[in-house]
Amino acid sequence: MTPLNRNQIAWRAAQDLPEGGYVNLGLGMPVLAANYAPSDREFMFHTENGIVGVGPVAGENEEDPDLVDAGSQKVTLRPGASLADSAMAFAMIRGGHIDVTMLGGFQVSMTGDLANWDAEVPNKGPLVGGRDGLGRWRKVGMDYHGPQYERWRASACKNLHLSSHRCRCGRSNLHRSRHH
Amino acid sequence: MIDKRVETTEEAMAGIADGASVMISGFGGAGLPVVLIKALEAASVGNLTLILNSLRFIETYAPRLFSEQRVSKAISSAARGRGRDSSEYELQLEKGLLELELVPQGTFAERMRAGGSGIPAFYTPTGAGTKLTEGKEARDFDGRPCILETAIRADFALMRGSVADRWGNVSFRGTQSNFGPVMAMAADIAVVEVDEVSEEPLPPNSIDIPGIFVQRILAVPDER
Repeated sequence: MTPLNRNQIAWRAAQDLPEGGYVNLGLGMPVLAANYAPSDREFMFHTENGIVGVGPVAGENEEDPDLVDAGSQKVTLRPGASLADSAMAFAMIRGGHIDVTMLGGFQVSMTGDLANWDAEVPNKGPLVGGRDGLGRWRKVGMDYHGPQYERWRASACKNLHLSSHRCRCGRSNLHRSRHH
Repeated sequence: MIDKRVETTEEAMAGIADGASVMISGFGGAGLPVVLIKALEAASVGNLTLILNSLRFIETYAPRLFSEQRVSKAISSAARGRGRDSSEYELQLEKGLLELELVPQGTFAERMRAGGSGIPAFYTPTGAGTKLTEGKEARDFDGRPCILETAIRADFALMRGSVADRWGNVSFRGTQSNFGPVMAMAADIAVVEVDEVSEEPLPPNSIDIPGIFVQRILAVPDER
């Protein structure tokens, strides 16, 4: 099996998104999915810093340093987009208005426990960001083929601190995909 | 006459002292008050508590705050530096020279909103049962474990906007807003650097932060 690269995984995950859905994209590989939105469906990508309706990454002439996504990439807006502050962006998450979230993670267990905020690398600080508040929503986990691959199969998140217990994870079978 | 405009960075930071708590808005560079962050570095104050989403940008624009160990505590959702090498603040965290209160980002925003709204504490499900909320009061609501989180207030809040008027009303562009509104609410002195100060009052419906929450406006037309 040829391993998928980061963009291929992002493309594959984007193909599963539901018509009319509001979809949060987390830091890391998930923000790449905004580049691969299927054109036969309309949905809105949400970012924790206040955008509903993120479009593709900005081209060279349309870059605006004051318009960034959760991964600090300069982005564009889709028709129908709106902008809000962080408190309202998290009200959308915590209040149950988001349908799906795509998250990066260090470890995920078979029962959906998620560890994604502290890899416990010596002299590297923790980063919890906004992912923690997303714990109860349906997730599409994304991981890169590499050293982390085997961690997906861990039966429990044994050595890293959890950010959420028993998330509802839909893994989307990303690693086994032969398409694209 | 109400006029919240100030002319210099010294006026903008007037009253800052050792031991001050300072909120700093900005997310991924958007809404980051670069001029005011440099002014904080230039002010000879220490023992600071910084309240901001990520420490990364402070090291970029005001490295002396860390290298001179003028920050004693940070309340943040992210304390990871760029790349594999350790940043100065990561080393200080490791050595125990810098205290970190790590807060999930949505809880971080809501704690400041509460602080600015006269709400001393609130329950939230975020982080329940994890190390992030260890030691905090817990209570179930409809069978769901929740954590009691307390409000955050500060002496100063620094943020960047697009346009303001002399009444302190501010509008943002793009994703500049992020933590600005809740920080302005939660601080005694909210200072906003803007591209432009309008001579005319801003259209009331275009205002993102009502001037009642803002104490000082600094025009920085040439800075980005």
